[in-house]
Amino acid sequence: MENLLEIRNLKITTLRGKNTVRLLDKVDLNVKKKCSFGVVGESGCGKSITANAILGLLPYPLRVSEGSILYDSKAGEKELLSLSKKEMREVRGQEISMIFQEPMTSLDPIFTVEMQMFEALSFHHPHMSRSEMRERSLEMLRRVNIPRPEQTLSSYAHQLSGGQLQRIMIAIALINDPRLLLADEPTTALDVTIQAQILKLMNSLKEQNDTSIIMITHDLGVIAETCEEVAVFYAGQIVEQANVVELFKNTAHPYTLGLLKAVTSLGGETRKLYTIPGIVPPGGQWSQGCRFADRCEKCMERCRKEMPALTEAAPGHLCRCFLHSGEVEA
Amino acid sequence: MSGQKKDTLLDVRNLQVYFPIRRGLMKRVVGHVHAVESVSFSVRPREVFALVGESGCGKSTTGSAILRLIEPTGGQVFFKGDDLSQLTEEEMRLKRRDMQFIFQNPYSSLNPRMNVWKLLSEPLKVHFNLSPQELRARVEDMLKLIGMTPDQLERYPHQFSGGQKQRISIARALITHPSFVVADEPVSALDVSIQAQILNLMMELQQEMELSMIFISHDLNVVRHISNSVGVMYLGSLMETGDTEEVYRHPAHPYTQALLSAVPSHDPLNKSKHIVLEGDVPNPAAPPSGCPFHTRCARCTAECKQTKPELKEIAPNHFAACHHCGQ
Repeated sequence: MENLLEIRNLKITTLRGKNTVRLLDKVDLNVKKKCSFGVVGESGCGKSITANAILGLLPYPLRVSEGSILYDSKAGEKELLSLSKKEMREVRGQEISMIFQEPMTSLDPIFTVEMQMFEALSFHHPHMSRSEMRERSLEMLRRVNIPRPEQTLSSYAHQLSGGQLQRIMIAIALINDPRLLLADEPTTALDVTIQAQILKLMNSLKEQNDTSIIMITHDLGVIAETCEEVAVFYAGQIVEQANVVELFKNTAHPYTLGLLKAVTSLGGETRKLYTIPGIVPPGGQWSQGCRFADRCEKCMERCRKEMPALTEAAPGHLCRCFLHSGEVEA
Repeated sequence: MSGQKKDTLLDVRNLQVYFPIRRGLMKRVVGHVHAVESVSFSVRPREVFALVGESGCGKSTTGSAILRLIEPTGGQVFFKGDDLSQLTEEEMRLKRRDMQFIFQNPYSSLNPRMNVWKLLSEPLKVHFNLSPQELRARVEDMLKLIGMTPDQLERYPHQFSGGQKQRISIARALITHPSFVVADEPVSALDVSIQAQILNLMMELQQEMELSMIFISHDLNVVRHISNSVGVMYLGSLMETGDTEEVYRHPAHPYTQALLSAVPSHDPLNKSKHIVLEGDVPNPAAPPSGCPFHTRCARCTAECKQTKPELKEIAPNHFAACHHCGQ
């Protein structure tokens, strides 16, 4: 397999009363080996549930209704969606691991850091001795630049700061040398100076470990700093996907353009900020045509009737918009 | 700060807020969290003064203490010449007609059992004695200002999106026509595309109603856009203050420099050169001696560890609290 992860035609639905509501619609993603892949979008666009679906962590009543997720594991190609619970547990933490948005709530408050690190190790290496585990844990804590690692091992979560907790989460996630790290808004709950520390750390760990990262965030700045390839999500679909430089320099989709304008006009010359009118349509209330049509400045009649396909606007640059599909008249 | 100037609306002098730490069976006070440590600044009429800093630096506490939502431990706040710390509870309540607060999270600051009409008419009923017709007219005027229509009056908060809820909170704060508001992180709970809408609305209303505002935020880009002057806080103290553009163009304090450089750039080819600060913010219950920033500062010297630097003017209307600035 050429790619590390291939998501094909992924659909996720939920139940609202007796109705099935679509949350994610025909998403295709390829994550290359040793690549950092950014997924960006606003709340409710489906970026986090995509990550949860990869690890089989979708909460009921959400479920994958269609599609496939192929993963190139250490032991050969695997279809993640058809794994049994036991097989999935083998993958989690060992092959693919995840760090979450809130480091304050994702560590267990009643166990020490040591116990939580040992749990991650002993689950996948049942024959490892305590001294080996301790050594490995200390080594990981040093790699994520925790001062006084011995003392930190015997601490509880409430004794540590948010930045330290996120470092520990990263250390636990990487303790079994996974090949893929899913980072769901890893710095959103942290302050800017701590965010800078964590992003620098993740960049250097990627270089050292050959780990691929899927970085899920709403912050285009974080994407620009850390990612090589980017997919922009809107209302359960990918609307644009390209190399990071291409995406920021030759932005094609009006939504991406709007997001970029909204953030970069901050502190600019004009007092009035650029805004995208309206709100993101919630799941299940999507129109027949382009889902961005109601908020788009360049909306045409056709946009309201037909859904544009994700087509190549430039080599390697995918965009879901009639303006860039190459078949539109001038 | 010098005496009461004619052109200041709000003058904060040496504001101090300490929270007691209680331990044991008798709840003895064993120490204090120094949330706000001797903060002084002033706000002119129609000025937007921003307080920026990281979480736990005391910016929200400062905002609440000005309106006496939290009782300050020491210092004075003058509003239109009156010393707020001398007022009784009742007098303070009447003052709040003219001084309002916009909260961070519209999801939790609006009562879910009150519809828009009740939410918006309540402040008017508390502060004014209006006839039903006048009441109706005032509420509808305000609705128009925030871009909503009278047919939404019967709806409840859960029927609105986050951005609309924040519009309602803003309307609720501004409906008594205050001359001063404290806005505590009014856009940080919102999505990027909605943030811009709310910021535009706040700037319009600020112009139209000739408001003075203290805008509390951790988002440095937002602050640069909306404010005229800015105060940078760290561990309860003001580190640097001045006109916003001046502070952003020529940050003098090492902390401000690090803070500004930590903002991710939106250009993948031109990644910003971060000054990455080592370590964490010290515990405010046991603040370091001397300059509060000396434990993480690259320019720290023996003097910094011993004496706390005062705010001093390093350029016209630009103050920094650092021994190394302006030498």
